[in-house]
Order: sequence, then structure tokens, then C-alpha cells
Amino acid sequence: MNIHEYQAKQVISKFGVTVPRSKIAFTPAEAEEAAKEFLKDGGVCVVKAQIHAGGRGKAGGVKLARTKDDVVSFTKELLGKVLVTHQTGPAGKEVKKVLIEEGCQIARELYLGLVVDRATQRVAVMASSEGGVEIEEVAARSPEKILKEYVDPATGLIPFQARKLAFALGIDKSLVNKAVKFMTGLYNAFVASDCSMAEINPLVITKAGDIIALDAKIAFDDNALFRHKDIEGMRDLDEEDPKEVEASRHNLNYVALDGSIGCMVNGAGLAMATMDMIKLSGGAPANFLDVGGGANKEQVTAAFNLLMSDPKVKAVLVNIFGGIMRCDIIADGIIAAAKDVGIKVPLVVRLQGTNVEQGRKLLAESGLNIITAEKMDEAAEKAVRAAKG
Amino acid sequence: MSILIDKGTKVICQGITGEQGTFHTRQMVAYGTKMAGGVTPGKGGANVDGIPVFDTVDEAARKTGAEATVIYVPAGFAADAIMEAVDAGIKLVICITEGIPVIDMVKVKRFMEGKAARLVGPNCPGVITPDECKIGIMPGHIHKKGNVGVVSRSGTLTYEAVDQLTRLGLGQSTCVGIGGDPVNGTNFVDVLELYQKDKDTNAIVMIGEIGGGAEEDASLFIKKNVTKPVVGYIAGVSAPKGKRMGHAGAIISGGKGTAEEKM
Repeated sequence: MNIHEYQAKQVISKFGVTVPRSKIAFTPAEAEEAAKEFLKDGGVCVVKAQIHAGGRGKAGGVKLARTKDDVVSFTKELLGKVLVTHQTGPAGKEVKKVLIEEGCQIARELYLGLVVDRATQRVAVMASSEGGVEIEEVAARSPEKILKEYVDPATGLIPFQARKLAFALGIDKSLVNKAVKFMTGLYNAFVASDCSMAEINPLVITKAGDIIALDAKIAFDDNALFRHKDIEGMRDLDEEDPKEVEASRHNLNYVALDGSIGCMVNGAGLAMATMDMIKLSGGAPANFLDVGGGANKEQVTAAFNLLMSDPKVKAVLVNIFGGIMRCDIIADGIIAAAKDVGIKVPLVVRLQGTNVEQGRKLLAESGLNIITAEKMDEAAEKAVRAAKG
Repeated sequence: MSILIDKGTKVICQGITGEQGTFHTRQMVAYGTKMAGGVTPGKGGANVDGIPVFDTVDEAARKTGAEATVIYVPAGFAADAIMEAVDAGIKLVICITEGIPVIDMVKVKRFMEGKAARLVGPNCPGVITPDECKIGIMPGHIHKKGNVGVVSRSGTLTYEAVDQLTRLGLGQSTCVGIGGDPVNGTNFVDVLELYQKDKDTNAIVMIGEIGGGAEEDASLFIKKNVTKPVVGYIAGVSAPKGKRMGHAGAIISGGKGTAEEKM
């Protein structure tokens, strides 16, 4: 699960990570009110569009304001605007709120990121002197500039590890202890909140000698949300694909894609393999949809509803390998759901596994216009042909 | 011969009194697996179809002599269950549970350092040696005894592959599901090493998917150490970047872990 920058800053500041003062605003009036304090005595503030995507600065979503008129006009301009960044896709994302943040005098911009490293199976703390630049870009261009420390979960991030990073980044000796506190706080926030990724880019050293998180991006481990009700409450459904939201309500794994063949498969691996087979047959999948190892009728119905709500879908391919779940029961579910939902496009069904003969017989006798297939490649070819009409 | 498990393997089930645990214990018994006991804290003294239930893994291990355990405990308690089994000296810990928080698994891996136990999974279908022993949730009847080793990160995709092999008359020595999570126990290289040493495995099928670098590590290992023929498959050629495809570990992040790269 992803959250907004302002929410990420709330999460990390509870663990002692310094963030600039800021307030969230949904209207120009709120923005003006929020900016008052920051604009006092010739100060400046920044108006930042809040969407779940990086690259906002380049897309014109971050603006420096010197007066309250600036704040109002920037806020008016940003609210309702569709920002297109390299992470939003071509459709972009509509801005519904802006963060009004106090400006600061930047001396240096650095990078700090935490992830669960799959190779070492530990949390890795990554730092780089190239702040404000995408870490993937730095990794591709000059990997030696990315410094890494791996954290033993039994000890947590040890101060010497943070010091090593701080000295290597060339942070002034007088500020190293502040940097250690910052990094330790971020690590503690990461583990305590079950993050899957936390990125401070840029981490800023101000001319006044403060170390602050100018931007913050956090993603949480979906599997751990059950023990973080407060974090679950930060979920912004406006930022997610409505079909993916609906799918998660029925415990279905759904990812929207661009093609024309709606897929329904049991198991994530088999679902990916089915998508690949469609591509290999010259078509394109409209989605990834895993109904789980033991899909029931309700889930199959919900899945059909999802597929039918996508106007791009020109054919549906159901690929089920009945393991413990018997094919005749699955066939029953497909027939009932197909009748309930009303499938308006060609439906290709491929069943394999336990009780497959009974399952196929049920499909054949259902009176539904179902194209059956025995093998996966055959099913994919039939679906591609059907989609082309 | 086979790897990891055979007809002599004595197994206990953690979470045996739960719906999943009871259902699959019965399936395993029906396949011929030697189910020696079960564990549910607080339900010691009870039994499931005559299989004794214990309060702790330690007691179950001592009284039954089990060397393997299968875990069906819910995700929030599964890390605890794995560590309890490891501490009790169980040699083979197979965790079926899906959805364990990754930070919990980081702690589990740290806990296991220096200990002899082998973990398979989590979020996996389990391990089966056809006609001898099934530990997990896979449908036993699609398997056939033979000489092909199958190792995979996926569940139903493994059944698909096994089913195709069986239909072609190619039986399996042992099939191992290593699971779809980013932080897990046994990896491809560990299993490949076992297949290479196993005199009854003549060929290997390895089924990978997008995300991480386990397939890349495996291919380097195969080049250096495996003399038996290996057939590889990678799922997810058509997967977009940055989206999690069902499995927690199946995600292309920062342009890394793509199917093309793995091929």
C-alpha cells in the first residue's frame, strides 16, 4: 500500500526523523491560511501536489511561493489538474490536495532509502550523495556512489553503521550525530510500521545545519496491514484503480493491463503463464486476475463482474487447474456466475485437473456459448482469435 | 531415492485443529504420509482422527520422533510457529501459510542462522515424493513416481507442469515448491544441489517467475555444478513494471527482476 508524502512525513516524524513544518490543504483558502506562518518575516513556502507518484517536480507539481497571492494562485492551478509524470502512466493523476510546506535554505541534497534486500534477506540502508536524482538512475550510471549497510534485525541499525554512512557521504563532523539520529529514526519507523520501502529523496542539509526529509515516500507491506489499523486508515482509494479496489474487497488479486483479453486464473504463477501464452499467441491480456487456489462461486462471480466492467475486454479466458478444488465444482461456479453476470463477449474455458471430465460435461450441457479448450496454448489461441472477432 | 522426504519420514502438523490443518492432514494420511502428531497450543491431549495433538512442538517432537513439520498456522502467527519448530530441533520445516509479513520472515531467517533446520516456503504448496510421502497441499494423484525433479516458486503452475510431465509418461523423483515470497527458506540453488546428488533424479524442471535474482543465481550454479539436464521456465514475460503479480515476491522493481533478464 502506498501513501501520500504528507502522510509519510507524519509517520516518520513520530520516530524522530526531522521534517519541515507543513499543512495539508484541500482549498485555496486553506492553503492561504496554512502559508501565513511560513511567509512571515520574508520566508518562502512550497506548494506541493499530493499524488501517489514520483517525478512531481518535473511535471510542474511543486512550486515555490513568496507571497500569499502566489500560494493562492498555485493552489488554484494545481487542484483539479491532471499531473503526468514518468510514474503515473499517460493518463496521469488528478491533484486533490496540496501540501503547504515551509521553505528552507538548501546546502546539500542527499539520498537515503530503505528496502528489504532479497539477496541478504535483511533490511538494507542505502545512501548516496546524489540527492534529488532517481536512485535507479544512479545505480545504472555509477553504482559505486550507492553506499549500503545491511541491518541485523536482532540489533537494529547500530550507530556505527549510520556513522559510517554519514562520514562516507561527507557530512560535516558537527552534524554526524544528527545524521545518525535521522537514520536510526527512519530504520525504526520502517520496522515498526512494516514498510516495504522508505525513501527520503532528497534528504537535505540546510544552511542552518539541520538535517531534514524534504520529500518522503513510503510503501507498506500489504501482508502486515492487519496489525496497523492506523496505517490502513491512510489508504487513499482515489489514488488506486477502482477495479483493483473492488477486487481486493473480494480477496482477488487483480492488476489492470492494456490488452483486450480478460483473464481469470487460479494461482499467481499460472495466471502469469496464461498472460504470457496470450502474448505468445499474438494477443494482449486486459488484466492479471488470480482467484486463488480455492476459488468459490462468489469469487468467480465477482471476478466475472470485474472483467465485464472493463470495456476493453473483447474475450474472456478462464484457465483453472483443479487441484484439491474439483473441476466440476469450478464448472458449476463458472456457469452460475456467467448466467448471473451475463457474459457479452466470447468465453473460452480451459479446465484441467481433478474431475475434469465431469467439469467439461457440465460446461457442454449448460447451454452457455462456451468455447472449451484442453491445453493452455490452445485456449490462448482460441481467445486471441475470438477477441479479434 | 528422492530428496528431502521419503516413505520413512515422520511428520507433525502445526495448526492441525484448524480447518486447513485438519483437511490437509487427512489428505496427507490418505496419500500415505506418516502423520505422527499435531500441535495446537492449548489443545494438547486432543486428537484428530486418532493423531495425537500436543501443546508445544518440543513435546510433539520428543514424543513422536518426527523429523519434519508442516505449518498451516495463520499468517500473523506463522513466524512464531516456524521458530518454535526450529528451536525444537525439527530438521525439515515446511510452511504453507501465505501472507506472512516480510519483516517477520527477516527475523525468522536471522533466528535460523547457525541452526541445522531447513525451511521450505512460506507461501508454497509443499514437497512431495510420489507414492511415498506428501507434505503440503498439492493434489497427490497428478504425480507419478519417476526421475524428474521439479522445483518451483509457484503453486498451480507447478501442478500444470507436473500434470503435463505425468501425461507424457515422465514421473517425478521429488517436487519442491519453494514459495513465492521475497524472503523465504530453501532456494533454487539448494534444491538443485540436492537433485544433482540424488541418483534417482535424471533431469530437472525449474519454474521461476519475475522478481528478485534467484533464477539468475540458479543459472550460474547450474553452469558450474549441475551435469544433469535442466529445463527452465520463467512466468511473467507480459508483466508490467512496479506491479505486484499476486505473489508478494513477483514484482519488477527498478527495472530489475524482469523475465527477459532471467532468460
